[in-house]
Amino acid sequence: MHEKKETLRLEILKTLEGKSRIDLGELAVLLGVGQTDVANEIAEMEQEKIICGYHTLIDWDKAGVEKVTALIEVRVTPQRNRGFDRIAERIYNYPEVYAVYLISGSYDLLVTLEGKTLKEVSKFVSEKLSPIDEVISTATHFILKKYKDHGTVMVPRKESERMLVTP
Amino acid sequence: MRNPLSKKITGIEPSGIRKFFDVANEMEDAISLGVGEPDFDTPWRIREEGIFSLERGRTFYTSNAGLQELRDEICKYLERKIHVSYDPHKETLVTVGGSEAIDIGLRCMLDPGDEVLVPQPSYVSYVPCAVMADGVPVVIPLQYENEFKLTVEDLEKYTTPKTKVLIMPFPNNPTGSIMTEEDLEPVAEFIREHDLYVISDEIYSELTYKGGHVSIASLPGMRERTVVINGFSKGFAMTGWRLGYCCGPEVIIEQMIKLHQFAIMCAPTTSQYAAVEGLRNCENEVEEMRRSYNQRRRFLMHEFARMGLECFEPYGAFYVFPSIQEFKMPSDEFATRLLQEEKVAVVPGTAFGECGEGFLRISYAYSLEDLKEALGRVGSFIQRLRNEQ
Repeated sequence: MHEKKETLRLEILKTLEGKSRIDLGELAVLLGVGQTDVANEIAEMEQEKIICGYHTLIDWDKAGVEKVTALIEVRVTPQRNRGFDRIAERIYNYPEVYAVYLISGSYDLLVTLEGKTLKEVSKFVSEKLSPIDEVISTATHFILKKYKDHGTVMVPRKESERMLVTP
Repeated sequence: MRNPLSKKITGIEPSGIRKFFDVANEMEDAISLGVGEPDFDTPWRIREEGIFSLERGRTFYTSNAGLQELRDEICKYLERKIHVSYDPHKETLVTVGGSEAIDIGLRCMLDPGDEVLVPQPSYVSYVPCAVMADGVPVVIPLQYENEFKLTVEDLEKYTTPKTKVLIMPFPNNPTGSIMTEEDLEPVAEFIREHDLYVISDEIYSELTYKGGHVSIASLPGMRERTVVINGFSKGFAMTGWRLGYCCGPEVIIEQMIKLHQFAIMCAPTTSQYAAVEGLRNCENEVEEMRRSYNQRRRFLMHEFARMGLECFEPYGAFYVFPSIQEFKMPSDEFATRLLQEEKVAVVPGTAFGECGEGFLRISYAYSLEDLKEALGRVGSFIQRLRNEQ
């Protein structure tokens, strides 16, 4: 790929990652390029599935919505020819599954799950996840507090103590 | 009772920024574009290293010239960045901010009556430091037409047989102006021909947005006549740690170490340990900050163009220096009214020398959100002024 195009793409991605709702015109100003160029590049990257979505980071606690998030370590037996992909698919197709990662180390898949209650999550584990033939074992961890999520600190921070005017 | 004060000291004008600072600070919900320090916190890994050094009980003096480990890293860093090599034992001194280096550098190089060329607009301390060193500051007013770069024509006009030292304040506070290699070459030639010395204040060297910073010390024959001053305040967002350094020929640095030893002892130990981490492992953090500043810089230039406010595009530091000459009022009055009527604090260009008249220093060490809010207010202010005219 052309080096300049690559740099532009990288700049767009870095900026969007922090602020996906930024106005196109403003993004073009910040990057010092034309608005059409930015729009085209974004459209291309959406098509190429480099940009996979524009999500919102929500503090559900503050919104007063009860939610439990669980991290589930899953050990599985990989299948001949298919490795972990088929098993991962059987898990990620459930809408309540938030994320599935293949992990190096002492277990194989890390599954994040969002449910309304502890009971709902444990029901999923015992009724859906554990019965899968290839699943050897699971270990469920519930998240108690989110300090930082998606690079954003979720707990209150102090105000800046800079003076108003300095040399 | 006798007057307790020295005429030399009382004769020095207080900083023009100070006056503004007092007014702005008393005003509630004023927003400021007047700050000369990064809005970013010091990168965590640097702070963590500072904390760790305290936990380890590293609370003693370091050697006068600074921790050897830090001086080694400084020299590697300068080699990497400006391609000049210095001896970390004999040609490097860790100071309390770049400011200390300016002060003791001038004291070491000047005899009474020696003239110091100070290009302005520039940082507020060069002239007073020259006076304190018994030198004679000679101000070179830089021209807007040259984007506030220093030219040989400027030098020719102000150099006399008594001229000994030239201050090189680039990337520049308050104009944001930088000097490229092509800009520096004729200046360096002039310096060699006239046998001058240079104090090159490169504190903003990490913050350039059009190619990397070029140090005058890297030009042929300039290393031996230049003291390079730099530090951690701006590029590494470490203003409060008070840590700077200077590198130069051994004959000068040796004397500077002597002065530093008597006046300061050594730079803060905690800061020195923390800074080692900064030089070793913070390339990414610095790059991210630079990227952010650059976006804000572009945003400001775009907004000024929209408002029809005249401004050359600066490629360094975190300042823009728009012209307000169309409003036909002194910078001081403009800034005061802007503060009173719209509660936006900016610094009048005159705080950085008389030739800053007709300009404002606007800092973009603020989040985009803050900049938007402030510029909205500036926009309605100048609209009102134009309607009055």
